[in-house]
Amino acid sequence: MIPVAFDYLRASSVDEAVAALAGAGEDAKILAGGQSLLPVLRLRLSAPSLLVDLGGVPELRGVREEGDSLVIGAMTTHDEVSTSPLVRQFAPLLATMAATIGDRQVRHRGTLGGSLSHADPAADMPAAAAAVEARYVLAGPNGRRVVPASDFAVDLFTTALGDDEVLVEVQVPKLEGWGSHYEKFHRMVQAWAIVGVAAMVRRDDGAIASARVTLTNMGPTALRATALEQALAGCAADRAAIEQACAVAAEGTSPRDDLTASAEYRRHLVQVLAGRAVAAAAGV
Amino acid sequence: MSSGTAAPSQATSTSSISVTVDGSRYTDTVESRTLLVHYLRETIGKVGTVIGCDTSNCGSCTVLLGTADDPGHSVKSCSVLAVQADGANVTTVEGLAGPDGSLHAVQRAFHELHGLQCGFCTPGMIISAVDLLRDNPDPTDDEIRDGLSGNLCRCTGYQNIVRAVRAAGAELRAQVTEVRR
Amino acid sequence: MTVTEDRQVGAGRLRKEDARLITGRTQWTDNITLPGMLHMAILRSPFASARITSIDVSAALDRPNVVAAFTGADVADVQGSLPCAWPVTEDIVHPDRPPLAVDAVRYHGEAVAVVVARDRSSAMDALEAIDVDYEPLTPVLDLEEALADGSPLVHPDKGTNKSYTWIFDSAAAGTGTDAAAADAEVVIERRYVQQRLIPAFMEPRSVIVDPGAGEYTIWSATQIPHILRVFYALLTGTPEHKVRVIAPDVGGGFGGKLQVTPEELITFMAARRIGRPVKYTETRSDTMLSAHHGRDMIQDVRLTARRDGTVTGISVKLIANMGAYLGLVGPGVPILGAFMYNGIYKFPAYRFECTGVFTNTVITDAYRGAGRPEATYALERAMDDLGVELGLDPIEVRRRNWIKKEEFPFTTVAGLVYDSGDYDAATAKALALLGYDKLRAEQADRRASGDPVQLGIGTSTYTEMCGLAPSRILGALRYAAGGWETAAVRVLPTGKVEVVTGTSPHGQGHETAWSQIVADELGVDFDDVEVLHGDTRSSYKGLDTYGSRSLAVGGIALVEACRKVRDKARTVAAHMLECSPDDLEFTGGAFRVRGTPDAAKTIADAAFAVFAAHDLPDGIEASLDADATFDPQTFSFPHGTHLCAVEVDTRTGRVDIRKYVAVDDVGKVINPTIVEGQVHGGVAQGIAQALHEEAVYDESGTLVTGSFVDYTPPTAADLPDIVADRTETPATTHPLGVKGVGEAGAIAATPAVVNAIVDALRPFGVRDVPMPCTPERVWRAIRAGGAS
Repeated sequence: MIPVAFDYLRASSVDEAVAALAGAGEDAKILAGGQSLLPVLRLRLSAPSLLVDLGGVPELRGVREEGDSLVIGAMTTHDEVSTSPLVRQFAPLLATMAATIGDRQVRHRGTLGGSLSHADPAADMPAAAAAVEARYVLAGPNGRRVVPASDFAVDLFTTALGDDEVLVEVQVPKLEGWGSHYEKFHRMVQAWAIVGVAAMVRRDDGAIASARVTLTNMGPTALRATALEQALAGCAADRAAIEQACAVAAEGTSPRDDLTASAEYRRHLVQVLAGRAVAAAAGV
Repeated sequence: MSSGTAAPSQATSTSSISVTVDGSRYTDTVESRTLLVHYLRETIGKVGTVIGCDTSNCGSCTVLLGTADDPGHSVKSCSVLAVQADGANVTTVEGLAGPDGSLHAVQRAFHELHGLQCGFCTPGMIISAVDLLRDNPDPTDDEIRDGLSGNLCRCTGYQNIVRAVRAAGAELRAQVTEVRR
Repeated sequence: MTVTEDRQVGAGRLRKEDARLITGRTQWTDNITLPGMLHMAILRSPFASARITSIDVSAALDRPNVVAAFTGADVADVQGSLPCAWPVTEDIVHPDRPPLAVDAVRYHGEAVAVVVARDRSSAMDALEAIDVDYEPLTPVLDLEEALADGSPLVHPDKGTNKSYTWIFDSAAAGTGTDAAAADAEVVIERRYVQQRLIPAFMEPRSVIVDPGAGEYTIWSATQIPHILRVFYALLTGTPEHKVRVIAPDVGGGFGGKLQVTPEELITFMAARRIGRPVKYTETRSDTMLSAHHGRDMIQDVRLTARRDGTVTGISVKLIANMGAYLGLVGPGVPILGAFMYNGIYKFPAYRFECTGVFTNTVITDAYRGAGRPEATYALERAMDDLGVELGLDPIEVRRRNWIKKEEFPFTTVAGLVYDSGDYDAATAKALALLGYDKLRAEQADRRASGDPVQLGIGTSTYTEMCGLAPSRILGALRYAAGGWETAAVRVLPTGKVEVVTGTSPHGQGHETAWSQIVADELGVDFDDVEVLHGDTRSSYKGLDTYGSRSLAVGGIALVEACRKVRDKARTVAAHMLECSPDDLEFTGGAFRVRGTPDAAKTIADAAFAVFAAHDLPDGIEASLDADATFDPQTFSFPHGTHLCAVEVDTRTGRVDIRKYVAVDDVGKVINPTIVEGQVHGGVAQGIAQALHEEAVYDESGTLVTGSFVDYTPPTAADLPDIVADRTETPATTHPLGVKGVGEAGAIAATPAVVNAIVDALRPFGVRDVPMPCTPERVWRAIRAGGAS
């Protein structure tokens, strides 16, 4: 199909994009990699009057170090995130998860910022960003503000971004000495995750000193499995103990029933997958 | 309009774009909503690239999107606007063969190992394979299967496609060795 | 000189078709642009069942670039009814099927209005300006509820949702299933559900109608250009000789393009009204909604047996979902399966009863295998259960029932005569390739250790009937047409050969395989043969490609045409060599005088002599060509053994195919490379039915699997390596020995996979998992099994 007609603006700076958005109101949409947006436009499920393309803003692309953080431009593609030596060194979970998104072609176009801003509960990157405790830099007419990952995704397809704001970059605290793993469960390789579990584990010899676990598609946004994280703190780093702790993995979640899976199955699955993700992250 | 200008851009419903496709440069005015695949097929007549779905699943429309210096990477041309390709170089299945008409190693392997039946997915599948082998010249079968997971084929069960990509990889590696000598 | 026989038949020749397909120089219908061509877009019903109270297209006509817009009411008196060519019973309920709905819509996606514009975008844009008022009605969706008293009716004027009931009963010939059941020592009763599938050919359908001065040229992405031409003539009142149908390169079909579609007729009406060429290329969303679906049956099966494993009878009660109307051959699809529920076995008693039912869904019709996959699934699943019941290995229980090699020809309980087969040989080869015994040992170990990942092995020993079909049998089954096929061969003056075939390939490689046959029959070079097809102007006669018929029927017509040409050439060569035709033998590509092999004339020599026509023998016309039409006397019966080993993660329900082995016996093989490719593709589609695909309508009748996001054909990463091998037992009923291969894989694979899953889960008390066996369904089956 063919999208409904719209105006197009290729912004050359963040300020220009923000100004254009501010002028157009909620009829405007940002075009990042377009891998979610263009299919939606083609199916005419959405008909914005203006697309503001961020593809011509150089500052939005690339990975750099800034003190204790990595800074990843919002327009950095999944492919770039997954192959970046810096990301692989300081936030390997992000690289791993980016490599599971869609397919090669989608990863060549799709961007980190686009995925986070789209806030699809089945998307992988929101859970990845939550696990690494990323901070989001948003630019608006009144300047820039920083929002922690936990506050960015508000609801299904809804974020803290205002209509006139642009996600500029994502700051990721450098972490070393943590193991990480993403356990993605999907029916088909190309499909969205039925459930995904991202785990980061710091070990203290035979025990888990600290763990972060985030969940894909277990609620309207990516969720932090806080009950499980508490249960894992100090837990013996062996398979049986981890599996036992993971009995609480579904606590605080609100998965949905849909065509691919029931909520009940998702609640079961998340326990199994959490056990596998945490064990792998803990190196057992 | 072209990128890189300092003056504030204007939002427009049509744009003038300049795209190099398979080595030839085209300049056209397109609607903003025109998808790259529709531009290729309907504006400049590059009908070798086809459309199999609305949702960016099938990969039949896969082309390489790059620059004058770098052929770039595989993209689904149904999920790129024509205006986004302004200034870019696009390689389709029609531009893979050499100037003398000699087939690309991937094309040859698809033929020699029966990696196609109806052939509708083939243009996109071949481009995806070319892109995969540039990133990973010696993929395992699992890496081939995973690397082609953005392209649907309904005829072959992928068995001979995997064989063809494996063989093309070997052929391309041999060519590189030959050049290095 | 030495005479060598360089046979083309049997060689894995690379395909002639590929040159254009791998370089993007293919002629898909949507690639064709004609001067002045307009584009059509179709507005489709969002409701499964509704009355149309009003439609207004006037605002659409005011949109830019719009040339015309019309509704079903506008064409009600000229549009006629789309055809069903297979009214399987005398009293079948057969409602009209208008291309454009007039006052009611009966499925989600039914066409209600169209816009024709100068470009595709404008046509799509203008659809939004069409105003339709619907009065929604309660849809009928469930097959059994549709048959219950008081159900809403898809066609209220018909008074019923039942289209037909078709019965076969071996009791008429002496042995009935009830008698068998009365004496049975073991009874296996099962219900299987064949989920609805979408053929999902990769090329969306496309049609162009070019109205000339009283004549029409039609390009369509169809499997059936010849049949389509006949129906265009019958339905539109255009004289048949003024209709030319062209199927250019066609991107897959799998039965899904064996249809006379609403879109083809609507495009015709638009072109006729406007007087300019009109193109309609559907989007994938349109395909999902409007192109026919497949399968969708409920099967109640009763297998009766003695404790030694001998089956004494099988009875089958089938409910088949026709959708909202009857498709071109839709009612006949279950009937194609009716002769196959006894499979390769010597069952003495058989009863089959099928009821076709209307629901508010798009029509079902042929999809790869058409009736035979369903039959094979039910039979092979039940045979596994019989083995379990009796404590017999699944191979052994089959072996005790199957027809032995020396028992051919064998008349089955369904009344067919199987000419040849060797089930022991195919099975032995498959078992060896799989490493059956070793896997069984591993399975035992995993069971004993309580491994969370269990191993299962599934068996499917199938046969099918191919080579559709003997015309007299089709007539007896009330099919409207015959089953013959035709071929014409003409040798050009320079010795090159043109073949015109009535088959209509769309991925099968006929250009290559037919060239191989001709090369051998006429002693010409493979590259000197051109195969013409798919254009009713050059190929004026034919019945097209479906039902694994092209080689098994059309190939034989081709051989016969070649032999007529050869006989004529022999006469000419004898005249040139001044000998009697009886003195010549045809070897090494030439007619040679017996005992004097250097005295030789090739077909090319004869062709030039005929072209010059200076000195032809008496009674020989100045042309070296012939045609032949072959009507088979019987079907052909490929068979094979497919084995599948799966690993099932009992914690998540995920199924991974560890090894898949297919040993098929498709008779004589013309091109082993193409045969292997057909098996791969068929197996992939069979696996997809078992694990991946299902078309789903929600309770309101909305198709919720309306794109490849939700209807999920497998990718390369979702499918296993497939080990394909063969045994070769030629057909004995015709000169070529071939049996057909197009559908074999899809028929065999589905039960092999599901049997493997159930086999893995037997210790959990599981004896069925509904298809597709998604992780959640497998997990639920384990939980339910464990609870019982």
